Amino acid sequence: MESEFSAPTIDWAALSPVLVTLGGATVVLLGSLFLPLRARRAFGAAIAAVCFVAAGAAAIALFVADESGRGIVSDAIRRDRLAELAQVLIMGAGLLTVGVSYREPFRDDRAGEYWALLLTAASGMAFFVAANNLMTLFLGLEWFSVCLYILTAIAVERLPGLEAGLKYLIVGSFGSAILLFGSALVYGATGAIGLEEIGARLAPQQDLLEPAPERLFVVTGLAMLLVGLGFKASAAPFHMWTPDVYEGAPTPVTGFMAAATKVAAVVVALRVLVTAFPGEEELWTVALAVFVCASLAWGNLAALVQVSVKRMLAYSSISHAGFLLMPVAAGNELGGRALLYYLVPYSAMSVGVFAVVAIRERELAGPVTLGNLAGFGWERPFLGGSMALFMFGFIGLPPAGIFLGKIYAFAAVIERGWTWLAIVGAVFTAVSIYYYAGVIRAMFMQPRELTVVPAGGSPPADRPLVAAVAAAVIVAVGSFVAADPLVDVARDAVAFLPFPVG
Amino acid sequence: MQTTVLILLPIAGAVALWFAPWLSARAAGGFALLVALGELAYWVGTALNFDFSASGAQAGADQVWFADLDVAYKVGLYDFSLWLVGLTVVVTAAAVGYGFWVGRERPGIYLSLLLFLEGATIGVFTAQDLVLFYVFWEAMLIPLYVLIGVWGGPGRLGATVKFVVYTMAGSLLMLVAIIAAGLQAGTFDMAALGEGTSTWIFLGFAAAFAVKAPLWPFHGWLPDAYRESPPEVAAVLSGVISKTAAYGFLAIAVPFYPGAVDDWRTPVLVLASIGLVYGSLLAFRAPDVRGVVAYSSLAQMNLIVIGLFAVNDSGYTGALLQMVNHGLISAALFLLAGAIERRTATGRLLLLGGMARGRPVLATILITTGVIALAVPGSSAFAAEFLVLNGIFEVGWGWAVVGAVAIVLAAMYMLRLISAVLHENVGSAVPAEALDLRPAEIAVIAPLVVVLLALSFWPAAITDRVTFGGFF
Repeated sequence: MESEFSAPTIDWAALSPVLVTLGGATVVLLGSLFLPLRARRAFGAAIAAVCFVAAGAAAIALFVADESGRGIVSDAIRRDRLAELAQVLIMGAGLLTVGVSYREPFRDDRAGEYWALLLTAASGMAFFVAANNLMTLFLGLEWFSVCLYILTAIAVERLPGLEAGLKYLIVGSFGSAILLFGSALVYGATGAIGLEEIGARLAPQQDLLEPAPERLFVVTGLAMLLVGLGFKASAAPFHMWTPDVYEGAPTPVTGFMAAATKVAAVVVALRVLVTAFPGEEELWTVALAVFVCASLAWGNLAALVQVSVKRMLAYSSISHAGFLLMPVAAGNELGGRALLYYLVPYSAMSVGVFAVVAIRERELAGPVTLGNLAGFGWERPFLGGSMALFMFGFIGLPPAGIFLGKIYAFAAVIERGWTWLAIVGAVFTAVSIYYYAGVIRAMFMQPRELTVVPAGGSPPADRPLVAAVAAAVIVAVGSFVAADPLVDVARDAVAFLPFPVG
Repeated sequence: MQTTVLILLPIAGAVALWFAPWLSARAAGGFALLVALGELAYWVGTALNFDFSASGAQAGADQVWFADLDVAYKVGLYDFSLWLVGLTVVVTAAAVGYGFWVGRERPGIYLSLLLFLEGATIGVFTAQDLVLFYVFWEAMLIPLYVLIGVWGGPGRLGATVKFVVYTMAGSLLMLVAIIAAGLQAGTFDMAALGEGTSTWIFLGFAAAFAVKAPLWPFHGWLPDAYRESPPEVAAVLSGVISKTAAYGFLAIAVPFYPGAVDDWRTPVLVLASIGLVYGSLLAFRAPDVRGVVAYSSLAQMNLIVIGLFAVNDSGYTGALLQMVNHGLISAALFLLAGAIERRTATGRLLLLGGMARGRPVLATILITTGVIALAVPGSSAFAAEFLVLNGIFEVGWGWAVVGAVAIVLAAMYMLRLISAVLHENVGSAVPAEALDLRPAEIAVIAPLVVVLLALSFWPAAITDRVTFGGFF
């Protein structure tokens, strides 16, 4: 039998962010075998930090080099600025997470696995955002999801962590399965798995007066893809896992999930919908608008009554899924820019807030509530001040970049003619003030509860974590001040996407 | 350029204080006061160089912020903004001086927030780009939230929540309106915006300004915020911050949406008239000093809105003069309320009284301020209210009648306040050894009154120097 198979030429340079992090994970795992217990943490952290920096630098270099996008590895992967910008954000979130998790009190004999899994998850996300067909899409999704399931439960001696891991595994697999089924239906209807091909084959059907029988498959498949991506972006009504998982997971991991997973999920949603389904625009924009309203309503209202700060932030993350999907729902290029710009301050601040929660958690050796946050702002003025900046920033107040991100997102939907959606966003922003301001109130305005201080005096200064928070502050404020260059970057990232709405 | 300095000088002072936590209370307070006085001096210099005959914004700066939506850092001074900036620097200097003298906890942070607030407020008065305007508008909220929430009275937590949620709910609607207006015009530059036709956009702006002013019935946050704030914060809040809302009507909502203003003038005037009478009545019935000042502030702000919605030169000029007057008056009254509360540990009128005896300075300053506030003929407030009533008379005589009635009510609540604090029998909360105003208090409050007296002699200092950019 003659085989027609020929190995595709592989653009190694384009894959370098994925490969560097994956290679780093291998080095960490192997190195941990031979190193003494106490050295593992520092070793893994150093390797992880170096790999994140290198992968981020590679992604930046690719971004600068790539004037236009193209498919590589037989069109399975897309090398373009959208993927590369998302990779920069993911690696940045990873780097900050290294600082946050350095002193996280998990057991030293797990340190190797922890850093390796963190690197592998980032690697999977970098692969996911570049996915150009339904196979690589699913592969990337499972790749990073499996890592996150384990990371959530990595502190096996903590029951809430185990519970969260199990929940995440079951619900997440359910979401993945739906996405896979949707992919199969789309493939069945179009006979194509490449995103551009699907877009090309769906286009002529628009002219048919009688809908083809395949159309049912396409619509169902699209709906299932949306649901699958909604699960990963923790958009309501597919958000049920989020509060439990965010609360149960080790706090640095929560920060990483809130930042990087969301970046990956919404960027891929943008890519898939705009590239493969431009003709079905009137379906998915409306569906996303429904997701947006549900996420804003559910996230913000549920956050009002939370006592646990992590749970509150989980609901805040659900509400931000709404704000992030709003520009995608607009379906125009302004929306694309808005999304990519919004993600920059959002991802940095997400890691930052959970970093502050993490350090308070270590001080108290227990979960952080609004009650036991009292006095924190005056005890640790830098972290308290940063947290206040993040909270005001999440509301959408200057001087954090989310302020401009929200303006952009609102502008995108208003340009589409959906002013009502912007008003919904504005109303729920007003609701969100209550709980974000509640954190500031707890930190600065409530009298401290009398507590028995554990012997040993004040907790040690945690320099890596403080550095990560400082970096998050710089990104948050910097993206506000230097909005113009960042918007140009965002514009370059989405310039190739065929946005369906004018 | 000068405008940028006016905005950034206090903000830079504030940031410097955050990064110098090791400073002693005295050093931090002295530094903050120095910054506030330097700002005041700089404003005087700017005002002396101001060309009142030119139309258009002066002493400005224009720098692209993000080109994508055509948003720019564009600031500049119109003649009316110059006077409002002047009000801001004078009142803030007094507030900083008072806060320094009283000695709040963590004085560095406290005074730096007052300075930051000053910078943001001046930004609101001078921004010539809608997005920038909104940035400064929201930036005012942050220091206010912390100032009231950390240093306020026992009910401060509830007061801050109400204050923030009320104001943000209004201003977010304004945000949507700003974006819609900017996308329609293709720019956010206020000079290039042109007249808008959308009633919805007008209402979005009006919502934010109506809450912040506050217009009746959007004043739910006001009594708590004014009662729970430290006196100098209340002075800034009612003296200056409320004027940003009136400025919003004056510079944005009314001139850019003439069609919508025509349609909505009657409803707005009805609300403002109710607010004027209602606020005056509540001020007359309020049980404490701050209540009187707070509700009188509500009434005066509604009077100012009436003047603005006359949409003629007389109404506008009167409203502007009254904005400056009321800013100085309510700042002085809140600081006096603080002085009284320090001596008696209460503001309840029932427990006060007879404080004039042996305290001539307190009595003189309070009576002078009160008499100007009730718009006695010859005072600057009289000049302003006359212009407002004259302006609104051209729209409809009925509105002028309501305004005139309210002036009578103003006399009632002000005289009641004066007599309840200074005269009648010595109140049970007034200790015999309670001192007259200390030199520092005089140094802080007296200049406000002196400016008021100067304006009473020469209201034309302002009224002859506003053209509203040739709007009329």
